[in-house]
Amino acid sequence: MSKVIKNGRIVNDDWQILTVAEGEEAAALDVPAGRVIVPLATWLARRDELAARGDVGVWFAGNEGPEALADDIGHVAVIAVSFPKFVDGRGYSTAALLRTRYGYTGQLIAFGEVLRDQFNYLTRCGFDTLQPREGRYTDAQLDAAVASLADFTEPYQASVLHPQPLFRRVARVGVKA
Amino acid sequence: MYRYDAYDQKLVDERVAQFRDQMRRHLAGELSDDEFRPVRLQNGLYIQRHAPMFRVSIPYGHLASRQLRKLAELARTYDKGYVHFTTRQNVQFNWSPLEVIPEMCAELAKVEMHSIQTSGNCIRNFTSDPFAGVAGDELIDPRPWAEILRQWATFHPEFAYLPRKFKIAVNGAKEDRAVIQVHDIGLDLKKNDAGEIGFRILVGGGLGRTPIIGREIESFIPWQHIITYCEAILRVYNRYGRRDNSFKARIKILVSALGIDEFRWQVREEWAHVKDGPNTLTVEEVHRVADFFEDPAYEALPADDVGYHHHIAEDLAFASWVKRNVRAHKKPGYASVVLSLKKPGVPPGDITSEQLELVADWADRFSFGEARVTHEQNLVFADVKKSELHTLWQLARKAGLATPNIGLLTDIICCPGGDFCSLANAKSIPIAAAIQERFDDLDYLHDVGDIEINISGCMNACGHHHVGHIGILGVDKNGEEWYQVTIGGSQGNNAAIGKVIGPSFARAEMPDVISELIETYIQERHEDELFIDTVRRIGLDPFKTRVYADRQPHRKVANV
Repeated sequence: MSKVIKNGRIVNDDWQILTVAEGEEAAALDVPAGRVIVPLATWLARRDELAARGDVGVWFAGNEGPEALADDIGHVAVIAVSFPKFVDGRGYSTAALLRTRYGYTGQLIAFGEVLRDQFNYLTRCGFDTLQPREGRYTDAQLDAAVASLADFTEPYQASVLHPQPLFRRVARVGVKA
Repeated sequence: MYRYDAYDQKLVDERVAQFRDQMRRHLAGELSDDEFRPVRLQNGLYIQRHAPMFRVSIPYGHLASRQLRKLAELARTYDKGYVHFTTRQNVQFNWSPLEVIPEMCAELAKVEMHSIQTSGNCIRNFTSDPFAGVAGDELIDPRPWAEILRQWATFHPEFAYLPRKFKIAVNGAKEDRAVIQVHDIGLDLKKNDAGEIGFRILVGGGLGRTPIIGREIESFIPWQHIITYCEAILRVYNRYGRRDNSFKARIKILVSALGIDEFRWQVREEWAHVKDGPNTLTVEEVHRVADFFEDPAYEALPADDVGYHHHIAEDLAFASWVKRNVRAHKKPGYASVVLSLKKPGVPPGDITSEQLELVADWADRFSFGEARVTHEQNLVFADVKKSELHTLWQLARKAGLATPNIGLLTDIICCPGGDFCSLANAKSIPIAAAIQERFDDLDYLHDVGDIEINISGCMNACGHHHVGHIGILGVDKNGEEWYQVTIGGSQGNNAAIGKVIGPSFARAEMPDVISELIETYIQERHEDELFIDTVRRIGLDPFKTRVYADRQPHRKVANV
């Protein structure tokens, strides 16, 4: 069980994220019973078997995009995106695409090197669950971090969280000097 | 100029609060150096050789007098009483202690300024034409578009952790004064045959380690779609740009690897999904922003001012300043003025708090309260009455801001170099100083005419050396500082990357090398031919021959 921030609240999440160890075949991964999230390659290799269970999710590595899962969006229990390094910004586009192009409305987890200073941008790109590395933050720090979700209350640009840009959301009146 | 509404102000204030907390956590040891790095960089804060360097954004180079005064005050309170204007129309502090930076951000926010995204692997400050709105060759004012795009890019959640930094420039005149060809995206405003406004879009230009001239990805994208098109470019780059090697991570490398046609295909594929979406611009929003850039209240004046011509005829020093530092204006009776920050003996682009306050006073008195920063690191008053030029000149001269050298050899573009920057391989300011000292004869400078010397202390090319008519690059050879020289580079519509003339030189040789290049030009030039045109006509060889002739070992021995 890891502590995650889900929809702005700290909760325990029981999803188990499976990774492929060195020398292991993704297709041959031992997928235990219960709520598990498998690598994309495992899902693609054993799609029918895993989809039938109804409690299996898929995670994307940094270099994997949602195109590969386009036909299965309605069949996965959950989607997660790995952040191998916190400065690797590909996952932000992956999330935005899942939400805006592929119609994914379920739980979307950011995991790996997920830092509180990125929570605001991550949620605006469509992540509803933020899972920092185990032990990365104390409970008190995580509490404080929840507040950072609202760092920018009225952002300029359209995003998953604000589908309309500011110039369409509000009437902006010039205040010429 | 653009003024913040409650939304702009709130975002900047929220940023200050966010950064204050991040700094507090960093100083408390909660945020490691590695985790703090991108956070501080996206607030313009570098850890430098001697002290932190703090870079403040000046969107498309516009400054109000109250902003100039705030910079002066901050430099005096938190720094050593001067600031440095950069080649990207930003301004830098060099000596402020780390822990005061959030306080400086808070002070800047009071005058609608910030340091947001002035560094880091995100979309940086938008640069544009310093003569926007007043230039005779302007087709469309680029400033509203630069402001609209600035807002789109500010705190963009998807593009804050790009493979590498991302720079966009906007031009709206016949002559490109924003160097759009060497930007990640270069936007050129134009009208199509139906008279509709749109953009020619260049992509993948850049200087640095691999200098490349940007390539045209679209010849015309209607204005409504400029945000969605840029978003498509950024998304393709964010997803597929290289992240394994920071030297190969700029978009120019991706564009080169795919080829412009394949890259264009991928962008259009992406664009097809986002085109006509919510980010499509509205007439109302464009009008709202454009209203801020309407002409100031010009007086109806005669085209010529008798007193002004009298002063030119009577006062040679004034005439020489007018010739170099005063530019034509679209309105009769007005002119634009360039205040030179290239006084010999002062590092290029540096200005003291006292001078900043004087500039603010003159802005209020002579130019509707505004000044502008050029990428050549000078300041501009866009709207000065011709009848007041002589008064302004006298004041500027007293303050050391009227060196009549704009566009001349001593108007050198120069990065802070090894004196300040931890990336630098070599010092650059002393090279500029030595060249300025060598060429101290104004008559000679005027005879040499328009020439651009650009100096960078390392291959990151902040001094834009590749596009200098003469480019000087500091290189490190076994721990020693050497300087490589290129010629034939240029900015503007015919932007070109300079070619290396040969082996690099020791610092002490540099003034001689420049002298020899100039002498070769004077010897070879046709009447009225500029240095760059002579280089283009005769090629590198005559220059090489001259410069290296005296530098062969046996000649040196013979000369002893």
